[in-house]
Amino acid sequence: MSLDLILRVGTKLILPFILLFALYVQFHGDYGPGGGFQAGVITAGMVVLVGITFGLEAAHRIAPQGLMQFMVPLGVLIYAGTGVAGLILGRNYLDYSVLAHDPAHGHEYGIIFVEAGVLITVAGTMTAIFYAFVERGR
Amino acid sequence: MVTVAVVRQRSLFGVVVLTVIYSFLIASVMVVLDAVDVAMTEAAVGAGISTVILLTTLHLIRTTEMRQVGFRLMPLAITVVTGLMLIWGTLALPPFGVANTPIHTHVAPRYLAESIRETNVPNVVTSVLADYRGYDTLGETTVIFTAGIGVMLLLRGRRHRGGGKDEKDAT
Repeated sequence: MSLDLILRVGTKLILPFILLFALYVQFHGDYGPGGGFQAGVITAGMVVLVGITFGLEAAHRIAPQGLMQFMVPLGVLIYAGTGVAGLILGRNYLDYSVLAHDPAHGHEYGIIFVEAGVLITVAGTMTAIFYAFVERGR
Repeated sequence: MVTVAVVRQRSLFGVVVLTVIYSFLIASVMVVLDAVDVAMTEAAVGAGISTVILLTTLHLIRTTEMRQVGFRLMPLAITVVTGLMLIWGTLALPPFGVANTPIHTHVAPRYLAESIRETNVPNVVTSVLADYRGYDTLGETTVIFTAGIGVMLLLRGRRHRGGGKDEKDAT
């Protein structure tokens, strides 16, 4: 247990930066490389790192299993709901122009919502798959 | 070279490590080709998450590949024929980096020119993915959703929960 001290301390040091980087990739995806998919995978990678280093219980504490399973359909619903919002407000499905007064801003908001949906689904799915595999192995 | 090593390797743990190396090499190729978004995805998914999933799978099964029983001609023939057909298909592709090919003259110039005015998003990759090609990305998200549900049903069915009630609700 004391032998992996460096691993544990190193993991603790690096965790916030991984999460920060995931958020950067998510919200800076409009301006640089990145987006919901990559950010979701990085977030899931952070949970996996906690699971590997500190054990499954620690991972469950920061990312409860029920929440992860809830996130899997939630992201798809946010994405599809953004499309339905366009439908309700009188335009085509997934047409974001109506989300703001200025069509360009509407597109910007639409992309942010949609990317959030992708982030939630990807992060939830990857973490839930990891949990499923680990629990099966017990 | 890495591919040959993956095929030759009998220990599945070694295969996983070599796959990581392969993913990083492909990611570097994507960076060289200026496709930074794709490189990022390849590095995060190919070298990160899929490695973890492969390792947890190895945790469930035995870690050495079984000896092959005898030599089979049919799989070899199918592989060689498919490979030759793919190579034959690449002969019809336009040369690398030529500007007047259909893919660069159809909608791509409009996306490049109008993206900022129409969507306020400077990264064209993002605006194409999430806006112009919104349906495709919705489909991709649904695929991930389906994969997650499928894995959860397969791996956590019956043994841990009591009846099949929860699973039925999930489907």
